[in-house]
Amino acid sequence: MSVTSVDKDFENRTLTMTCDFPVSVERTWELWADPRQLERWWGPPTYPATVEKHELTPGGDVTYFMTGPEGDRHHGWWRITAVEGPTSLEFLDGFGEEPGEAGGMPTVTMRVEISGHGDGARMVLRSTFESAEAMEKMVEMGMDEGMTAALGQIDDLLDA
Amino acid sequence: MVVDNVPNEDEHVNRLFHALSDATRRDILHRSAEGGLSVSRLAEDYPMSFAAVQKHVAVLERAGLVSKERRGREQLVRTEPDAVRRARAALDRIEDLWRGRVDRMSLILDEELGA
Repeated sequence: MSVTSVDKDFENRTLTMTCDFPVSVERTWELWADPRQLERWWGPPTYPATVEKHELTPGGDVTYFMTGPEGDRHHGWWRITAVEGPTSLEFLDGFGEEPGEAGGMPTVTMRVEISGHGDGARMVLRSTFESAEAMEKMVEMGMDEGMTAALGQIDDLLDA
Repeated sequence: MVVDNVPNEDEHVNRLFHALSDATRRDILHRSAEGGLSVSRLAEDYPMSFAAVQKHVAVLERAGLVSKERRGREQLVRTEPDAVRRARAALDRIEDLWRGRVDRMSLILDEELGA
């Protein structure tokens, strides 16, 4: 299991996930920096992603669309706010065709940090939702990947 | 991908997350799940004033996480299981989205390593 810890911070609307991979920092970075690799993991198998633009520079954009089972297309974008390959990347993650235009849709600030850990790499993903409303909208929009299964699992929220 | 917007839903969700962000309130939720406890009974177990505990209960009540029921001179606090389940589901689903992505990253790396 690559995910080693998950932290949910209600106050700051932040989900932090720590993952360990048995490969180098540089190799882990390629998952983000190479658009063809990004396409293989960004969308669920039922909604594969096609990356159209991929500018990993501050102020640059990544644009993509995901294709659904009925050929339906769902566009999304990243607006890069900071990048320091191969160790960190920060971007605004939104929906729609126009980068930077949220259009009432939820946006999330994503921070990715990759560092050496033992013989491999540790990747820390931090998703910060602009508002509790954005969090909920994200959920309502689906992204159905085995979510029903997750509903049965009780997290440790109330045990904290 | 259908955005299913229920009126007042956004405000409700804000209150929900605020209510769950405090350890005392989470503890009150736990204890009230067993059955109705009065505010004064709850207050005995926290190093704070009765009024402070009453405020925590009010925050939980506004978020729809507990309800209060008058029993004689006492107010019994009861956890509303649906609201709690809904908040959990929201966070579980967000977590699941990223778990799925990380799993797919692992698969890509595993293939290369010949695992």
